[in-house]
Amino acid sequence: MNEVTLSTLTPGERGTIARITTKTSSVRQRLMEMGLTKGTAIELIRYAPMGDPIEVRVKGYRLSLRKLEAETVLVHKEPS
Amino acid sequence: MTFETVKQVRVRYVALIGNPNCGKTTLFNALTGLRQKVGNYPGVTVEKKEGRLTLAGNSEATLLDLPGTYSLNATSPDEKIATDILLGRAEHTQRPDVVVCVVDASNIERNLYLVSQILDRQIPVVVALNMIDVAEEAGIEVDVKMLERELGVPVVATIANKGIGINELKESIANAQSRTAQKRPWSMPALVEEECGELVGLLQQYHKLNENSAFDEALTLLTSPEALEEHRDRFAPELLAHVQKDHERLDFMGIDRQSVVVEARYEWIKSVCGKAVTQAQTSALSTSDKLDRVFTHRIWGFVIFVGLMALIFQTIFTWATVPMDLIGEGFDSIGNHIHEVMPAGDLRDLLINGGLAGVAAVVTFLPQILFLFLFLGLLEDTGYMARAAFIMDRLMSKVGLHGKSFIPMLSSFACAIPGIMATRTIESPKDRLVTMLVSPLVSCSARLPVYALLIAAFIPHDHVLGFLSLPALTLLSMYLLGLVMALSMAWLFKKTLLRGAAPLFIMELPPYKLPSLKSVLLQMWERSKLFLKNAGTIILGVSIILWFLATYPRVEGVTPAEQLQHSFVGKAGQLIEPVIKPLGFDWKIGIGIIASLLQREVFVSTMGTIYNIQNSDDESGSLSLQQQMRNDIDPETGLPVWTALTAICVMVYYVLAMQCMSTLAVLKRETNSWKWPLFQLGYMTALAYVVTFVVYRVGLLWGFGV
Repeated sequence: MNEVTLSTLTPGERGTIARITTKTSSVRQRLMEMGLTKGTAIELIRYAPMGDPIEVRVKGYRLSLRKLEAETVLVHKEPS
Repeated sequence: MTFETVKQVRVRYVALIGNPNCGKTTLFNALTGLRQKVGNYPGVTVEKKEGRLTLAGNSEATLLDLPGTYSLNATSPDEKIATDILLGRAEHTQRPDVVVCVVDASNIERNLYLVSQILDRQIPVVVALNMIDVAEEAGIEVDVKMLERELGVPVVATIANKGIGINELKESIANAQSRTAQKRPWSMPALVEEECGELVGLLQQYHKLNENSAFDEALTLLTSPEALEEHRDRFAPELLAHVQKDHERLDFMGIDRQSVVVEARYEWIKSVCGKAVTQAQTSALSTSDKLDRVFTHRIWGFVIFVGLMALIFQTIFTWATVPMDLIGEGFDSIGNHIHEVMPAGDLRDLLINGGLAGVAAVVTFLPQILFLFLFLGLLEDTGYMARAAFIMDRLMSKVGLHGKSFIPMLSSFACAIPGIMATRTIESPKDRLVTMLVSPLVSCSARLPVYALLIAAFIPHDHVLGFLSLPALTLLSMYLLGLVMALSMAWLFKKTLLRGAAPLFIMELPPYKLPSLKSVLLQMWERSKLFLKNAGTIILGVSIILWFLATYPRVEGVTPAEQLQHSFVGKAGQLIEPVIKPLGFDWKIGIGIIASLLQREVFVSTMGTIYNIQNSDDESGSLSLQQQMRNDIDPETGLPVWTALTAICVMVYYVLAMQCMSTLAVLKRETNSWKWPLFQLGYMTALAYVVTFVVYRVGLLWGFGV
């Protein structure tokens, strides 16, 4: 499967999380604790009106994060 | 399934914990009614809220509302407080007998993460499965009995905003039993379990920890990337050497140490939910989704956001002035009454111009605070606040701030006091502090009378480019100067003094819901009470001191202007003249600046006194004051005291200088120390001095000084 960063998904695209590559361990910890663990399904819902941050659906709820962080989240993109 | 009964807990102290947005506050209100009090934890800016809870058999307990937290791996001060109290590590707060963990049923997977951490600690715990109605609407059915069995602790279904399940919850709290020796329900890969077990043994051996604490420390040591660095001094070298070997071994085996625990917990949660939760496949968009399509729309999102902000701004800037004027008039008539019934003298003067003026200064802030917190409460409670931050984050991130800093800064255009109080929605303490430090640079409504007087008196009614009126342009420049400086200083502070990780914008967007009026009103009441009690006393004190300094020493048989000149304030004005001379200010302006310490608009009435104008507030009085100021000639140089450049310099000074004791009092209350108010006073005054100096010198060079 095709591994891309979460920030490259377009609204409506889905995937499963492969890994989080950020070097900042507190950010990594927080992202995982918010449910972005390996194998979790994730869908990009929308970009904020000014293009950043993004909104995703994960574990049945909505989460927003900046592109800067989303760039460190690798997902297996689901073919649409 | 039995809850292994060891001993019945005598329930005296109960703590409420849960994720943000799980309805914890509503549940707290439902459990305690209005019997609550709000304070601060010692030494930190985190709010401590406690209430009385009546359990079965009329036994009374205290309920502590812990800060909302996603995890017990403390990152923010809020989360650290919650963790410390839960583990009995906090010196200021006793360990709770029972913990009620609130779980949002509509977002159960992520909410159970915190539950899994709490279960590790073997604390008597009751799970309140809240918002089951919202969950049902979303097609989520939770089998409460099954969940109870899987978690091994009592689970009570509640709908806090409708009062459903509250009695059952109270019963469950009263009967909560201490659980010991319960087996941990989740497990990690075998190799990690093995290392962890060894480490628990070593920790018990070397450091005499009990099993729970040992497990907790073992997990941190094994999985946290910084654990070895951070805890170097806490553990025996033999133990640390062992941990080092463990790390090497796990890393060699390709195990991601940091993610292994989080993944193990979520795996367990998945299996629990597989048994206890059924999710109907709903293809239709929820109401919340439909609303979001509009509220976060590329165009409509902005239109609605700007509209809402305009409404808030309008309310606190103009509508709040109606009750504020009424309050002002009320105090005036009380003053007049005292004036009539009391014999003339210092005591009467103190009562009216010191005490009453101080109380009036405090109370007139109330309408703005009430209105702002009504709106903030509604925005927060409906879920819109998170969207506002979502929309504005891009802009605020340019100066290193968080989307949530926008609303406090906007509120500060009306008044920095509600603005500073509104920063409570910002989770990151550094971002919150930066927002509080820069918000008073934004021009508040108390500066407007000063701008209005000086612009009317000294800015020619010319037009620029044919249509822009020079007075309007000057006013706009003052507002822009404040805003630009606030953003620049925010950027500077984030780069230097309060440097730290870029604000983490990992924010939940909770579903929209109808606001709970009770919660909103309660919050308005609490905020107002805190303001009156803490800031109010300081403001009152400053008012009385200023009155004293402006009245004494008494000189008999002189005009009010001469009296003011001879008072301590007048002498101070003359004393600081050499300091403010480089800014183009004379001693009269010095007196105005000192008298403005209570509220900036006092500048206008002080000028009135100095120039012997009665009623400088009304129109004819203002016109004659302007005339007097224009005619004032410096006896030494024979030049006018006031020029357009002087007026602009005074305005620039008023834009940037910290002159508002009330703001400092609120900042002291919010940060719980005098350090930051003093810093704010220092940096803003220095900034004002330097910028005004530059403006004055450049203005002189360009020949504007005549």
